[in-house]
Amino acid sequence: MGLEVVNLTAKVGDKVVLRNVNLKVDYGEIHVIMGPNGSGKSSLAYVIMGREIYEVLEGDILLDGESIKDLPPEERALKGLFLAQQDPPQVPGVRLSSLIITYTNKRLGAQDLTRPKDPKVIKRMYEVATKLGLPKEILQREVNVGFSGGEKKRSEIMQAILFEPKIVIFDEPDSGLDIDGLRIVADYIRSLKESGKGVLLITHYARLLGYVKPDRVTVLLDGRVAATGGPELAQLVEEKGYAYLKAKLAKEKGSISA
Amino acid sequence: MGDMAELKKELLKDVDLAEQLLGRERPIRTEVEIRGKITRSMVEEISRIKKEPDWMRRLRLRSLELFYKLPWPKWLTGIEVLDLDEMVYYAKPETERAASWDELPKEIREYYERLGLPELEARFLAGLVGVFDSETVYARIKKYLEEKGVIVLPMEEAVQKYPDLVKRYFMRIFPPSDHKFAALHGALWSGGTFIYVPPGVKIREPIESFFLIGRSGEGQFEHSLIIADEGAYVEWIEGCSAPRLSRFSFHDGMVEAYAHRNATVKIITVQNWSKDVINLNNKRAIAEEGARVDWVEGSIGSKLTYVYPSTVLRGDNSATRSAVVTIAKGPYLKDSGSKVIHVGRNTRSQIINKTISADGGINVYRGIVRVVRGARNATANVECESLILDDKSKAHTYPHNQVDEPTASVNHEATTGRLTEEQLFYLTSRGLTEDEAKSLIVLGFLEDVLRELPFEYATVLTKVVQLEFSEYGAFG
Ligand SMILES: Nc1ncnc2c1ncn2[C@@H]1O[C@H](COP(=O)(O)OP(=O)(O)O)[C@@H](O)[C@H]1O
Ligand SMILES: [Mg+2]
Repeated sequence: MGLEVVNLTAKVGDKVVLRNVNLKVDYGEIHVIMGPNGSGKSSLAYVIMGREIYEVLEGDILLDGESIKDLPPEERALKGLFLAQQDPPQVPGVRLSSLIITYTNKRLGAQDLTRPKDPKVIKRMYEVATKLGLPKEILQREVNVGFSGGEKKRSEIMQAILFEPKIVIFDEPDSGLDIDGLRIVADYIRSLKESGKGVLLITHYARLLGYVKPDRVTVLLDGRVAATGGPELAQLVEEKGYAYLKAKLAKEKGSISA
Repeated sequence: MGDMAELKKELLKDVDLAEQLLGRERPIRTEVEIRGKITRSMVEEISRIKKEPDWMRRLRLRSLELFYKLPWPKWLTGIEVLDLDEMVYYAKPETERAASWDELPKEIREYYERLGLPELEARFLAGLVGVFDSETVYARIKKYLEEKGVIVLPMEEAVQKYPDLVKRYFMRIFPPSDHKFAALHGALWSGGTFIYVPPGVKIREPIESFFLIGRSGEGQFEHSLIIADEGAYVEWIEGCSAPRLSRFSFHDGMVEAYAHRNATVKIITVQNWSKDVINLNNKRAIAEEGARVDWVEGSIGSKLTYVYPSTVLRGDNSATRSAVVTIAKGPYLKDSGSKVIHVGRNTRSQIINKTISADGGINVYRGIVRVVRGARNATANVECESLILDDKSKAHTYPHNQVDEPTASVNHEATTGRLTEEQLFYLTSRGLTEDEAKSLIVLGFLEDVLRELPFEYATVLTKVVQLEFSEYGAFG
């Protein structure tokens, strides 16, 4: 059960960004993905979520044992996947509150998506915003337009909370976040784990890992799984860096082939 | 013209919004039908059927001469698809004018019922006039209007009963010499609404006219004239629609409005013709001292639309605001643009133009602001916003300002927003289909204009946008 990526190879444009990637996110588990810039972390998140410009060349993506590889993003979302994006785009003209009302209505199966089917959603979004340290006015602003880096991250978290997904993919929720923001993200990730949800946490640095303890760690290098392990792997990366890991792997590989 | 056959086939496979509402064309019995080449005897016959006074007959014939003489307007491209020698130019449905819905023949009543008009009338309107093809088939206004001396009549009846009043304005605000098809309108006009509001009378409930084209290959030339006397207030709503037709029909209507000193005229149009109507509108208003003219135009349907709500700010301290929203979704063209001429001093104008292009649709903005010398301290603000939802679609903006008064201030702002793959992915990853995502974006884009409409109409427009972007409304 949970999310499973099986032997996944994918490309965007002419570039193959993922090569034979395998990983699992069980419910009640935090799986951390690490890797240097350009190693394919965001690509992995997008492919799991079904972004159309990415083409799956090989392999499969399973949610609760069923393939979701050929589903459009919205169907994956409605099955309980949520992606909190690294750098979410601006959507001029659309208020954050309208987006939340619309997707909540969609999830509740409402005919009319514009007027809240469940009036409680309004109260709830203000509560969550406040809890996350967002100014209330932000809900009336256009999605991500003029949001600061921290506001964008918090807004993604807020939307995730209100979406009530089963599996949340966080793409670098920590970058550019102050210490308070970091705590908020960490608290939410822990609460997801405690309530039996699955978390795929992409992070460039191990900074956030001081607050949340991963169950598994996978390191991506050039679109491949370079190493998997427990929290100690994150520790190693944090202390020695990717270059060290890369060299170590090359050496091991060399010694095997020798 | 092989292209034409292709185009027709395309149009027929497309399901359009008006069709969803009104279905396909159904036979309607006509009492009189005039078709074929546009000739003097055709014009004379229409005039005779209407038992018109001589001045009107002469106005028609003068207009006809102008139609023959005037060149084809350069801005009017694409209407060649009409075969002007083959159309039905006058069609009178076989029914007397009704003052209650059950007096109407079932086939006609059904159209209005599907549009929800009887209910809207009861809840919301001060009066409703229904024009079907070339004639007014329904008219009813609330008693209190008559008591206040307000006149709401089918245009023909106004010509009979109030000739002096009509003569003062009729095609004097928008003369037939303006362009070839204004002239054709003058020659063939039929149907339409006449509204006169006496000095100081303010009607807060809107009056609505609804125009239906019920047949293929028809020309509709309705003429409406809205007059607010000194200090009066009137709000007129104009709706139009048609069932799905098998051949193009032509709409060449005219709206003239006159706001006397300190009067206010507000005109709201919700245009939802089926996608086989070629839609040309001639709209112009004059504002006297301290008067105000507001236009709101929601242009959704039709194959081609040409619409330029225009106001002449003749009197000092007069003002106008024109908000035009056009949607071109599919192989359609919307050519729009408000026009304002500042003549009086301290005149103010605000133009808001929002266009939405999708699925290969094209929007063109062609607005004009003219400030003549002597229009001291005139101010004009123009805001053009285009939203383009995919790579196949286009929006062009050709604003034209001509300012001959040094104390005037004219501001123009134009922005174009394009829906990007990132945005679309972002919204679909939140559980919305592409169409739902687009309709969310479109409704957001239109939010400020929708807010200006009476609640009932904002609701209708919201629903229309959602439908337009639902899978049924999609062009495919
Ligand atoms: N649309 C695209 N077209 C071509 N290459 C891309 C595109 N998007 C990302 N890439 C490339 O794919 C690689 C992986 O990028 P990404 O998944 O964003 O890495 P990360 O998130 O680990 O920094 C990079 O080399 C990047 O330049
Ligand atoms: Mg990334």
